[in-house]
Amino acid sequence: MTAPGTPAARPPAGPEAGAQPAVTWDERPTAWARLVSSVDARRAFAYLVGFLVLAVMTGPSGSSSAPTSGFTGSLFNPRVFWFIGLAVVFWGATTARHRYQARIRAWNDSVLALPRRLMPDKRVRYGFYLALLVFAIIYPMHVSGFWQQVAVQQIGVYVLLTVGLNVVVGYAGLLDLGYVAFYAIGAYSAAFWTGAMPVHLPFHLNPFWTIPLAILAAMMAGVLLGVPTLRLRGDYLAIVTLGFGEIVSIVAQNLTSITGGSGGVLGIPHFSVNLLGVHYTWGLGNLPYYYLLLAFVVLILVLFHSLEESRVGRAWTAVREDEVAAEASGVNVLKYKVMAFAIGASTSGFAGVLTASQVGYIEPQDFTYYLSILILVLVIFGGMGSLPGAVVGAAVLQWFPEFLRLHPLFGFQQQDLYIYLGALLIVMMIFRPEGILPSKRRKREIGLAEHGVGTADAMTTTTAEIQ
Amino acid sequence: MCFTENFMQYLVNGLANGFLYALIALGYTLVYGVLQLINFAHSEVFMSGGFAGYFVLQAVVGRQPHGLMSVLMIVLGIVAGACGGGLIAFLLERVAYRPLRRRKAPKLAFLISAIGASYFLFNLAGKEFGRTSLSVPYIFNGTNSGIAFTFLGAQVQTMYLIWAAAAIVLLVSLDRVVAKTKLGQGIRAVAEDAETASLMGVNIDRVISQAFVLGGLLGGAAGFLYALNFGVVYTMGFTPALKAFTAAVLGGIGNLRGAMLGGLVLGVAESLPLSCVNFNWQDVIAFGILIVVLLFRPMGLLGERLGRSA
Repeated sequence: MTAPGTPAARPPAGPEAGAQPAVTWDERPTAWARLVSSVDARRAFAYLVGFLVLAVMTGPSGSSSAPTSGFTGSLFNPRVFWFIGLAVVFWGATTARHRYQARIRAWNDSVLALPRRLMPDKRVRYGFYLALLVFAIIYPMHVSGFWQQVAVQQIGVYVLLTVGLNVVVGYAGLLDLGYVAFYAIGAYSAAFWTGAMPVHLPFHLNPFWTIPLAILAAMMAGVLLGVPTLRLRGDYLAIVTLGFGEIVSIVAQNLTSITGGSGGVLGIPHFSVNLLGVHYTWGLGNLPYYYLLLAFVVLILVLFHSLEESRVGRAWTAVREDEVAAEASGVNVLKYKVMAFAIGASTSGFAGVLTASQVGYIEPQDFTYYLSILILVLVIFGGMGSLPGAVVGAAVLQWFPEFLRLHPLFGFQQQDLYIYLGALLIVMMIFRPEGILPSKRRKREIGLAEHGVGTADAMTTTTAEIQ
Repeated sequence: MCFTENFMQYLVNGLANGFLYALIALGYTLVYGVLQLINFAHSEVFMSGGFAGYFVLQAVVGRQPHGLMSVLMIVLGIVAGACGGGLIAFLLERVAYRPLRRRKAPKLAFLISAIGASYFLFNLAGKEFGRTSLSVPYIFNGTNSGIAFTFLGAQVQTMYLIWAAAAIVLLVSLDRVVAKTKLGQGIRAVAEDAETASLMGVNIDRVISQAFVLGGLLGGAAGFLYALNFGVVYTMGFTPALKAFTAAVLGGIGNLRGAMLGGLVLGVAESLPLSCVNFNWQDVIAFGILIVVLLFRPMGLLGERLGRSA
């Protein structure tokens, strides 16, 4: 920054100079103004505030009779120095990163050189995935029952849900906030066709046969909701799905004679096979369900990967990057948006069947708006539009709270989880919108959109809007 | 015939709720006007207003106030609520919107960061202020929901009169502010065409911030008014805000008078069928209306334009 004027640079006083405002001493930036406008100071302030907020987030809880006790308990407490220290460390690290950018990049390149050279090779990549799969098969046999349950109920099901939402948010660039409604539809369909609901048919089906029916139900709900709303501006989809999620949960709670009301549905049977002399029932144990889920997840990952590389995937990319151009090139924008939405919905419905049959019991409280947001966080954290990101993001973020529950760290409380997740969403959007394992294409798009090229989501223009 | 039964009572209830929806809906519409974005965290602005009003009244009200003191307490609560809402809206814009706007982030990023802010705020409120519902101190008639008079068979609560009076004052003043003042001129200019407005010397950052704060003031005041009847709890924002958004869309998002009209229409429309169905279905009716409106008249009753509305 240059100071507006020094005494030597002042315009000469005279009749002709009187017309223009003279720069005076007062207009030189004060020390304070210079401090405020300096990037380092601003960054230091932002880090300090950020970490103090973190201190409050992880500090003791307050109560209605002492509303400030939570704040004072976490800010006027020696532990606040930990957070101030962290802020200083982070500030230093960021400043250093900017100063030694070139050297860090060189170091980064040298570390990543081997994976970068090998990963594009298909054989190496598939070998790596195969190794991961073998690990996923063998490792859970050797962990405790608690972690086996986490692997099924917290990780397996959520990986499936995340991969499904990834199609909607990542591939098509749409925002679906009622995702859990389709999960509920899947679970309730399973309960209905297996005869566990108050209203049932004269015959019962094996849960395996309910899978296609539940997927169909969820998909139809998705199409019915998607067709009218996706004609409109993309952000309306978010709010309509939000309302739809509420409707589904209210209906499940209040139509007691059909859905069992807030008491839920009991006694949904487990999966079983009775074919060609093979009899097997998936029981209360977690491992059999884990392997079933793993098989389905791998199947769906392969399916979605080929979908991404296909004509459909390219159409989604086109819609995301520039809807008008896509439309002009003959891509049926509405069709592909509805398709993405319906595929997401059916994956969610599928996950619903699996959960219902494993737990054997569903209630409306299992399907709240919170869950939709949790799955959204998993997608964003892993990386929109990236399948490895969806899997790793879901696995890590679902594992971590369970880990913290066993080993409390920094005053972590399970009930505060959504404070952390909310903060994580904001921080991700500000600093790393492409996620931890970004899809290359998506990352480039976001970068381009920030330079005014394309949109990187399917929210901006629509066909029906131009009326 | 179920629909005509207690018709007047449901109409009055609906109108009273409608005034609150209108107040909240204006926050959505103002922000939508200048940014073309749905502010998903507006529900938390509403909630902060409720908490601010609650804590101020809790500190001030000793014995049951009477007469002029009651009125004073209500005004105090509204002001406190508005300040709380305005403050949170201001911070929200600074933290969750401005960094993204600087970077020209895609629209999806704004929606996601707003959702994150919403979750952060209401769960933090739950952590700091407890997760149970709290009722606001009684400030008139020995209760907060006494009946003022009966009109054509409909019992009109004192609360409804307060809601209507406060809402009308706030709505009219907002309308005048946007139509007459320099601040309003800036908001209308940015809503009409942000780029041209900035070339004409309008400070866009400041105008956007002002739109957030204006919406926050009304939303916060609505939060306190709502709390008078229903109490405060950290999740209180979700449903009223979703309905207010419906109201904003119903009236034509981005259109100030549309939001006011939409609020009243929605309030009545979700209330009248209650003579036929259980109270639990009220929310389903409201969200059903949202879907139907988007289906048949997505531009809303009065059309969407903030720039040309006032």
